[in-house]
Amino acid sequence: MSASLPLVGAPNDRVDGRRKITGTAPYSAEYPLPGLVHAVMVTATIGKGRITSIDSRAAERVPGVVAIMTHENAPHVDQKPADEMAQELMLLQDDIVRYDRQPVAVAIADRFEHAVDAASRVIVHYAPEEPSIAFGRGERYAPKEVHGEPAAFSKGNPDAAIAASAVRLDNVYTTPVYHHNPMEPHATTAVWNSDGSLTVYDATQGVDTDARTYAHHFGLPVGQVHVISKFIGGGFGCKGTTWSHAVLSAMSAKLTGRPVKLVLTRPQMFSSVGFRPQTQQRVALGAERDGRLSGQIHTATTQTSTFAEFVEPSAMLSGVLYPPANFAMSHELVRLNTATPTFMRAPGESTGSFALESAMDELAVALALDPVELRLRNDVTADAHGLPFSSRSLRACLTQAADRFDWKRRTPQPGSMRTGDHLVGLGMAAATYPTNRSAASALVRIAADGSVTVQSAGVDIGTGAYTAFAGVAADLLGVPIANVRMELGDSSYPAAPVAGGSQLTASVGSAVKLAVLDARANLLALVANDPASPLHGVAADAIAMTNGGLFTAGGRGETYPAILTRHGLAALEGRADAQPGAEKKTYAMHAFGAHFVELHVDEALGTIHLQRIVSAFASGRILNAKTATSQYYGGITFGIGMALLEQTHFDDRTARIMNANLADYLVPTSADVPPIEVIIVPEEDTIVNEIGVKGIGEIGSVGVAAAIANAVYHATGRRIRDLPITPEKLLLT
Amino acid sequence: MRPVAYARATDAGAAIAFALADPQAEFIAGGTNVIDLMKDDVARPSTLVDITRLPLGGITSAASGIRIGALARMSEVADHPAVQANFPAVVQALNESASPQLRNMATIGGNVMQRTRCTYFRDVSQPCNKRAPGAGCAAIGGVNRMHSVIGTSPHCICAHASDLAVALVMSGATIHTRGAGGERSIPIEAFYLLPGTTPQRETVLERGELIEAIELPAGTPARRSVYLKVRDRRQYEFALVSVAAGLDVAGGMIRDARVALGGVAPKPWRAHDVEAHLIGKPANAQTYAAAAAYASAGMRGFGENDFKVPLAGRAVARALAMAEAVA
Repeated sequence: MSASLPLVGAPNDRVDGRRKITGTAPYSAEYPLPGLVHAVMVTATIGKGRITSIDSRAAERVPGVVAIMTHENAPHVDQKPADEMAQELMLLQDDIVRYDRQPVAVAIADRFEHAVDAASRVIVHYAPEEPSIAFGRGERYAPKEVHGEPAAFSKGNPDAAIAASAVRLDNVYTTPVYHHNPMEPHATTAVWNSDGSLTVYDATQGVDTDARTYAHHFGLPVGQVHVISKFIGGGFGCKGTTWSHAVLSAMSAKLTGRPVKLVLTRPQMFSSVGFRPQTQQRVALGAERDGRLSGQIHTATTQTSTFAEFVEPSAMLSGVLYPPANFAMSHELVRLNTATPTFMRAPGESTGSFALESAMDELAVALALDPVELRLRNDVTADAHGLPFSSRSLRACLTQAADRFDWKRRTPQPGSMRTGDHLVGLGMAAATYPTNRSAASALVRIAADGSVTVQSAGVDIGTGAYTAFAGVAADLLGVPIANVRMELGDSSYPAAPVAGGSQLTASVGSAVKLAVLDARANLLALVANDPASPLHGVAADAIAMTNGGLFTAGGRGETYPAILTRHGLAALEGRADAQPGAEKKTYAMHAFGAHFVELHVDEALGTIHLQRIVSAFASGRILNAKTATSQYYGGITFGIGMALLEQTHFDDRTARIMNANLADYLVPTSADVPPIEVIIVPEEDTIVNEIGVKGIGEIGSVGVAAAIANAVYHATGRRIRDLPITPEKLLLT
Repeated sequence: MRPVAYARATDAGAAIAFALADPQAEFIAGGTNVIDLMKDDVARPSTLVDITRLPLGGITSAASGIRIGALARMSEVADHPAVQANFPAVVQALNESASPQLRNMATIGGNVMQRTRCTYFRDVSQPCNKRAPGAGCAAIGGVNRMHSVIGTSPHCICAHASDLAVALVMSGATIHTRGAGGERSIPIEAFYLLPGTTPQRETVLERGELIEAIELPAGTPARRSVYLKVRDRRQYEFALVSVAAGLDVAGGMIRDARVALGGVAPKPWRAHDVEAHLIGKPANAQTYAAAAAYASAGMRGFGENDFKVPLAGRAVARALAMAEAVA
């Protein structure tokens, strides 16, 4: 047999750590091509209306300016979306302004400073119209579907069941607009080659989907577009699809005949690359006295733009966590004059868990039942559709984290725990995130010198894909990880899906495993009939990949270099295409987790200080304990920002975003993040995919906001159903 | 950002003369504020006159008080033993401002001159009377959670951004300047202007006038003082409401008191009414609560910032209790 993977992988250091620390890892704005010119976008200052004229004369007089591109001189491109997953882009094809900060011109110059100067001198005249921006007043409609799934689902009679329940609650929870704000702003360097093909160095989570989008807009065969994304400085979903600026960069290159680099400014990160939409969610629960849910309704209203549809699937997780026999979930939308929202770390589960897990806490209070016990009593073995879980370790997550946190010291009465001037709050919430995968391919090449190269087009979003996949290949091949060269982020490599939906590790990791097995088959074919091999005549299932070669348990065998050298081969390859099977039709596949939060509330001033967080996650096989734990830390920190700090402020009169910078849009600083303890609950799942991986990129952030809100309630007796929980909500409510 | 010329001043007279000759020139020291404003296209100076080579640094301590050169860096002042011993609120205000990197760059003179964080002021596409007199104040009726609740006018409701200035007002600081008309010494409370009908005028400084030093007098309640900053984020964030409070307590009675607030007004706000209701009273929680109520009196919110009104009073009461606890 081949070597197997441990359930929790070794805490290998990042294979790309040194390159990142020393600044030699190339990001998309760091390719100094000959003849490169710099592009800077000019963006709209109104939320709705038309451009009546653009005066570019002053901008064109700035030294070094190559061109000012507006809707009057932009190359014609197909502005329609490439496919259902792609965004509707604003590519200077007309004079209509659909949202604040929409691109309206691009200044292109020899130097960045000249392009910035020129952009500030482009005078755009508008005929503004009154924008529709108030979420509460917008007209609601039901979308046909939610990312390929039905937008609504119900079974039994939830209204009647809730009405007949011993304990009932029916509340509305709201969350604001959030922006992703990865550290690295989006950047695109575009080059048209002499053969008419396009090369793009792009800050994207998926090179293959990116290449298809460029090909669509420019009417090129996809093979004529080469996208490279070796490193990105975070994405969180806003680099999951291709946005206007990226195509504008390639259009600028076409207009000027020069390679063009376009980097978004921080303010442009607030309207050009998507956001998490506002949500208003109704959760109604009915339960018997023993806590068992008898009926549940979860209705989510979210926002989309006037020209495209994105549904934040907030109610979906209600069908996973504790769905009772009488159950309903549904989604509806309001169209507003904003850019189009998009996927943001745990789309749906992030916002939905705030509503559901707050409501569960409220139910526990109404029942006078411990909130952990309430969840244990409502643990299920199948989802709302009746599909059994491939594995479900929610119970283990709840109990292990509760023990480590010492939950039992909590006295349930709100305001009953104090230290000095501060109220102490202990709160908890559960987490879940679906296990996704898409078709992916990989190549494994073993060289005669013993080195191994592994290739896949998948992009390392910054969380350690290089390290995780190198570890998979090293473990399976039985070679040190230092011998493995992992190559990612290039559309010329074997195909891979976008690094989104927590699917990359499951998808590409499975392909790497199958590619290793293909290489093994090729190696076995070489030795099986080779009388010169010590393995001649040995049964294949007695041969393991270990110690840098093929060996039996008794130590009989030879190294990969020995095999390849004897056969005069410079290298030997294994290739594989991995894809999902029918398992999604027969199983519900999800990761689970639980968060426990302790915080202090300054009653007089309304401020909240987190003290510690203990979280447990069961996400199938963990490929690298160190990078996985870091990713959980990151997810939890993301949830802290969502709970306490982050929100995008729109001026309701103009639809203008008024805090489009990192001084006024607050993300947590290190001082805001308490000690976090992560428990990895070992979980073996042989159904989800070839390597039993469920994905960990998003679940860390799910439920954090509810756990914090529940702790605030425990501290103060105040139930905050509107995020973020800022001081005024504790002072005035 | 637009092209800008750079000139290095060799002495104060030359710097002042340069600024008088070119009305579009601006002084630059640490640059942490003016460069930001230039990036946002809010400041469009023709020339940046670098004053960092002028002999305006250093901190000198004497029995009468402490003199801080205008070019002293924020971190330098916060780390100075005499400032730490005599003006704890000043040290706390500095250390709760910005980030270590910014505090190592930004100067004391620049800090007291920093512009408001009003996001309408900082967005040139939006109407702002401070930036473009007569254009209107979009913050009224707009996104105004961070804005003022006292000292406003129908023309401007911005909040002053400096933490240090609040502690300086509480400490009774004097600002020493040099300009075309010679040297002046301006009590800090007279230094700042309320917006009224001229929000574009923020201080009494004349064109070309240069801050040379800030003086903190000894013997005020500032020796037993605190700076309390209430904010959304624990670091690297401007105040929702802040309070600098100093008490002089003898035999359980308050002999003297100084209280100033930040985040609530277009200038650092001295709470004279609160002080009047402290002096001569017993130093206890009842006194602080009763006096603190006067901090909120006269305050009025503009919607999103209504919470600052009750918060101001609560923060004052807390800060007074903290000041009493200072040994």
